[in-house]
Amino acid sequence: MTDDQRSQMESHDDRQGSGSQAPEMHTSLLHELVGYLRQERSELREQWARRITDAQLLGAMTGQEIFTEVTAVYDNYVTALETGSVESLQAYARDLSERIIPRGVETDEVLGIVLLLRDVLARALVERYRDQPDVLDQVFDAYEPAANRIAVTVGVSFVDERERVIREQQESIRELSTPVLQVRDRLLILPIIGVLDTQRARQLTEQLLAAIQDNRARVVVIDITGVATIDVTVANHLVQTVEAARLMGATAIITGLSSRIAQTLVDLGVDLSMMRTVGDLQGGLEVALALLGEDVVGGVVPPRDPTT
Amino acid sequence: MDVSILRQGDYLIASIRSDLTDSEARALRAQLADLVGRTRARGLIVDVAALDVIDSYLARVLRSIALTARLRGAATVIVGIRPEVAIAMVHFRLNLEPLVTVLDLDEAVTLLDTSVREGALDGG
Repeated sequence: MTDDQRSQMESHDDRQGSGSQAPEMHTSLLHELVGYLRQERSELREQWARRITDAQLLGAMTGQEIFTEVTAVYDNYVTALETGSVESLQAYARDLSERIIPRGVETDEVLGIVLLLRDVLARALVERYRDQPDVLDQVFDAYEPAANRIAVTVGVSFVDERERVIREQQESIRELSTPVLQVRDRLLILPIIGVLDTQRARQLTEQLLAAIQDNRARVVVIDITGVATIDVTVANHLVQTVEAARLMGATAIITGLSSRIAQTLVDLGVDLSMMRTVGDLQGGLEVALALLGEDVVGGVVPPRDPTT
Repeated sequence: MDVSILRQGDYLIASIRSDLTDSEARALRAQLADLVGRTRARGLIVDVAALDVIDSYLARVLRSIALTARLRGAATVIVGIRPEVAIAMVHFRLNLEPLVTVLDLDEAVTLLDTSVREGALDGG
């Protein structure tokens, strides 16, 4: 979510809540109720923690941990109500998310506890102003928008943090996922596992060609057993990779085309005449060794020392 | 014209070090055709490792050099296309068919040794 969208949502909340009341009245009321919430801190905090446990939220954390976080969130929450600035709460929510995401805390749990706190505080306010219905209305006009804004901030911080973690993981998967392995002199294997998208296909081509040059490879076996699907762009990219390898003097063999991919390629009309394909990796290696062996049989290359 | 031509046994090695103009390409072809016959070379190795770009023009020049050399009795192998050059060539749908390309000089010599003996090198 962009900052623009966020501020739109926030101002929307403000509009909903403020009604026709004068803003300065809100301010003084807000101060009063913040004072009240501070005064009742330990009681409300207890209540909140108890309701979190009752609702079986944050199951991944111990009671002690929950209580520590509850205290910190409560104080930040009240401060945010008081100052109207969510920055420190936002920072805290990011930090909290960073700590609890690896432990498997879900978005609904985070939203759940924030809404619980909102609920606990609302009930406390009802209790406090029960005898003064007029004041209670105004209190809620002041409290609700601020509370909504806080809930949105915490939820968004959590989701942002989670997306950041996901992005980082995608990045590291991408780096890990295209190893180029040398099996023996002049022979490379490139096992591809996972989703082959355009970006990865391009990266793969570059890595493969660089490896051909570095290892002086003559044959490369590209195994795509671990690839579930392929689209026309990627298929053409694969064909280009094979062609580029050939220009550099290496023969590329593709192995492990699933029946589904084979049919897709035929249906898409990808020109495969340049591609040498073998059913599985074992067969591909046999063909590769035969290709490399031709030199030896030809008697031009001296027989290989068996110890190397 | 920045091309060095060395002799190695039965083979000639021509290293192209910069882009060729039209007339330079014709001159190179003439020079190689002449040398192949005069030195009785059986193979011609054209080294393009120094080139940053191989365009359709140079591809045609290489092809015509190879065809000429074959008529004079030598098989041709292209050596040293770099990864980024290969990617660019494929991108522009350029290939050097029916020429044979290999990675380095060792490979070229090995290939020529084999094919000269067997008398078969496609298109060379």
